[in-house]
Amino acid sequence: MRANGLKKWFEERWSAFLLSFLILVLWETAVHVFEIKPERFPGVFQILKGLWELIQDGRLLDYVVASLFRVTWGYLLAVGLAVPLGIFLGVKPFWRRTINPIVQFLRPISPLAWTPIALMWLGIGDYPAIFLIFLAVFFPMVLFTTSGVAGINPTYLYAASNFGIAGHELYSRVILQAALPEIITGLRITLGTAWLVIVAAEMIAVKSGLGYLIVDARNSLRMDQVLGGMFVIGLIGLLLDNVVRQLEKLPSIRWKRLKQ
Amino acid sequence: MSNKVVIQGLYKTYEKNTVQSADKHVLVDLNFTVPTRSFTCFLGPSGCGKSTLLRIIAGFDNPSRGAVLVDGEPVCGPNPKHIFVFQEDGLFPWFTAHENIELGIRHLKDAQKRHELVLEYLEMVGLSGFGAYYPHELSGGMRRRAEVARALIANPDILFMDEPFGALDFVTRLQMREEMLNVHAMFPTTILFITHDIDEAIQLADQIVLFTERPTRIKEVLALDYPHPRDFTKGELAAIRRHIYRLMGVHAAL
Repeated sequence: MRANGLKKWFEERWSAFLLSFLILVLWETAVHVFEIKPERFPGVFQILKGLWELIQDGRLLDYVVASLFRVTWGYLLAVGLAVPLGIFLGVKPFWRRTINPIVQFLRPISPLAWTPIALMWLGIGDYPAIFLIFLAVFFPMVLFTTSGVAGINPTYLYAASNFGIAGHELYSRVILQAALPEIITGLRITLGTAWLVIVAAEMIAVKSGLGYLIVDARNSLRMDQVLGGMFVIGLIGLLLDNVVRQLEKLPSIRWKRLKQ
Repeated sequence: MSNKVVIQGLYKTYEKNTVQSADKHVLVDLNFTVPTRSFTCFLGPSGCGKSTLLRIIAGFDNPSRGAVLVDGEPVCGPNPKHIFVFQEDGLFPWFTAHENIELGIRHLKDAQKRHELVLEYLEMVGLSGFGAYYPHELSGGMRRRAEVARALIANPDILFMDEPFGALDFVTRLQMREEMLNVHAMFPTTILFITHDIDEAIQLADQIVLFTERPTRIKEVLALDYPHPRDFTKGELAAIRRHIYRLMGVHAAL
C-alpha cells in the first residue's frame, strides 16, 4: 500500500523533477559559459554555498522562525475573527447587506498600502508585520465564510429543523460543516497571500525574517543569498500549501467539489 | 378511520411582484383529508405546487389562508415526529451514513443503544457494512435507503416524501417502491408521497389526490382499496389508470 503510494507519487511528479533538474543544469552551465559575474547572477552552487553560510551562522533558521511566527499569529488572529463574523453575516441578510460592501471595499486595498499606518501606530518590530498579515487574511476570509454560509443548500436547513437541531448545535453540526469546504478553500488561498505579504512587510517594517534577509543581502551585494532566500521562501510556500491541501481531501470536505 | 391530516380552505399566494398576476396564486382553495395510516399520493404535473403543499403540511412554510390540522391541531413548525424525505441532498454530506441515521434518534441518551439501533436500521434497508460511508460514496439508491432509514428510526407519525425516487434509474425506482410498501406494512406511519408518475401512484397509494396545473386546485380524490401487488394492466385498476391519464390530459389509450 505504502510502496504503491510512493510509486504513484513518483509517477505523477518525475517529469516535474526532471525539468527542474534540467533548468538548474542549464542555469549553472550558462553562468559558466557566458562568464556572468556572481554579483549580477550567481550560479546554482554559489547559491547553495551562500545558503550554507546562512545555515551555519544560524541566521537562516532564525529568520524562517521569525517569518513563520508572524504569519502564524497574524493568520490565526484573522481566521479566528473572520470565520465567526463571516458566519454571522452569512445567516443575517440585513447585516450582510450592511457590512459586506465595506469588506468588499477594503479587500482590494493591498495590505502593503497600510504600511505607513502600521508603522506609525505600532512602530518597528513584530506588531506591524503581524497587523499587515492580519489585513491580508481577514477581509478575504470574511468573504469566503459569508458566501459559504449564505450559499448553504436550504434542504440541509430544512432537514436540520425537521430533526429539531437548533441553537449552537445548528451552528456546529450543520452551518459550519456545510460551509467548511468553502472556508477551507479560503484558508488555503489566504495562507498563500499571507506568505506573499510577509516577505514584503519584512522588507519594510522589521529587521529580521526572510524578507529582511533579501534586503540585507542586496545591501551587502550578496546576490547568491538574495536568490537563496527566494528559494527558501518558495519552498516553504509550497509546503504550507500542501498542508492545507491535505485538509481538502478529507471525505467530510470533499463532497462539495464532487458535487460541482 | 380517523383523519391524520385535515386541509381546510388552504390558499398559498406569493406577494412577490411576479409578472403575471395569475402566477401569484400557487394553491387555491384546497380541501381534503388524509386518513390515519394511509399511503396518500399527491399526483400532478411538475411545478404545480404539490411540493409547496407538502412543505406547508410539514411546517416548513405557512399557508396564506386556510387551516392545516394534524391530529386536530394546527401545524406550527417542523416536528421530529413528522419526517420529510427529500428528493435529493436530504442527507448531510459531511456525516457518514451511520451519523446521518443517528440524527433520527439524537434524543436518546444511551450511546450504546443508539449505536445498536442504527446498525439495526442499516440492516433493515440493506446497508449493512455501509455505515462508515459518506453519502457521496454511495449510489443514488443507497442514499435514498439511508435517508428512509434516518426517517424511520425517528419512528414518525407522518412520513413526507417529495418525489423521493425521481432521480433514480427505472429498476432501482421499482425496488424502492416495493420497499416502501413493506415499510408501510411494518410501520404505523401515515405516508404523504409526491409523484408525477401515474403508475407509481397507482401501485402505491390507498388514496390519490389529483392536482391541476397552476393555479393549483384539486381535480379529484380517488380511494384505491386494492390489495398488493397490483396489476394495473387489467380490471378496475386499468380503468382507474385510464381515467387518471385522461384527467391529466392524455387522451389516447396508451
